[in-house]
Amino acid sequence: MREKAEAVIIGGGVTGCGTAYSLAKKGLTDVVVLERGGLCTGASGRCGGGIRQQFTTEANIALAMESVRLFEQLSEELDTDIEYEQGGYLIIAYEDDVDQFRKNVRLQNSLGLHSRFITPAEAQEIVPLLNTDPIAGATFCQTDGHANPFRVVHGYARKAQEMGVEINKFTNVTDIVAVDGHIQAVRTDKGTVKTDTVVNAAGAHSRDIAAMVGVDLPNKPYRHEILVTEPLEHVLDPMVISFKTGIYFSQQKHGSIIGGIGDPEEPSSYNLSGSLRFLKRMARTMVELVPAFGHLNVLRQWAGLYDVTPDAQPILGWTEGVDRFCQANGYSGHGFMVAPKVTELVAELIVDGKPSMPIDDLTLSRFEGEITGEAYVVG
Amino acid sequence: MTEMVCRCEDITKEDILKAIDQGYTTLDEIKHVLRCGMGPCQGRTCIPLITRVVARETGKSAAEVSRPTTRPPLQPLSLSLFAGDEE
Repeated sequence: MREKAEAVIIGGGVTGCGTAYSLAKKGLTDVVVLERGGLCTGASGRCGGGIRQQFTTEANIALAMESVRLFEQLSEELDTDIEYEQGGYLIIAYEDDVDQFRKNVRLQNSLGLHSRFITPAEAQEIVPLLNTDPIAGATFCQTDGHANPFRVVHGYARKAQEMGVEINKFTNVTDIVAVDGHIQAVRTDKGTVKTDTVVNAAGAHSRDIAAMVGVDLPNKPYRHEILVTEPLEHVLDPMVISFKTGIYFSQQKHGSIIGGIGDPEEPSSYNLSGSLRFLKRMARTMVELVPAFGHLNVLRQWAGLYDVTPDAQPILGWTEGVDRFCQANGYSGHGFMVAPKVTELVAELIVDGKPSMPIDDLTLSRFEGEITGEAYVVG
Repeated sequence: MTEMVCRCEDITKEDILKAIDQGYTTLDEIKHVLRCGMGPCQGRTCIPLITRVVARETGKSAAEVSRPTTRPPLQPLSLSLFAGDEE
């Protein structure tokens, strides 16, 4: 392991590896990534791979739209097929969702996103297997979609390494040394790296990392469960989701259906086990929407951790009290889909001192005032 | 001759050797980059074979090679089976 680096990134998921790649692209290659497990083994490797722009806050809509522009060129840029499909997101509207959904579409349209409110019949044209009996309509945005997170993360990592970044897997950060608010070094179980700049991209464990230099993040971990079915012929273009039931599912390029459902009774914890309660709730809700899926076999179920902030928006940028300590966490379930733009902004902040898009609304200090949050959290 | 190790996902021994060469030396990592063990056999056929290849290439005994995470259900079961049940 290198003895010193201009920047150390803690976390080898999509944010950590994406930041390493973005920094290297900007010419900063004296960078060390530290990951306690294998790459893409936290939330990045456990997520549904969805890429959505239909949000309800300006900050989230802007980050997601910019990220889609970058996702569109990413296979070429990383020399790997990230299995990116723009089959859209179909957001199911039940009767009492309709007024709010129409407002959301107006906000999204005003920011240049081509989302629209559609009838149940139009929804069925997009998803022929959909049971429209219980639904009042849907919103749809064709440029939403999904990609394979493993391909994205390993693609970022490989390119970053080719440009000179050092990535250390199975390396556990044990402490960050700071003197008078200035970072000196990061200690691990494999040795110490001297640096004055640290990016905290540790997902649901970011709070523990921040605590090493006395910074208190408001993030809380929540288990979210997910399953995959056997592969079948292509029958589903969009990601189908509902905020009322918390369900989301899509068909991967490989053919399998991957989906999950949020559980309002889930307590904050680091629990990663799979439950029968999830399987039953997921199966019931999915089979009601697409009865034909009842025939599908479930191959595996697993869980990942949402890193949830009080307003369900990420925490990005410098930290008051500790010089050059950059937060890149708190994605609240939306980390993968905004990673291309977020990691570019973090790299700009570190190299140029100023990101090309304002992130003032997303810094840690926002929690000192009043909070207006993202209403669209799913899964 | 091509030696097939994962029949669900069409992965050959050569694919495994290439992954090991790229630095993926745990079964979980190989599963993530190649999908072997993610098919309907749930790894019953391929994981013992891949374990042997990894052990030989990394100079470990098969027992020292870390097992990939086992995920429920233990065998494929239909969604309607779970949907029909009362909570």
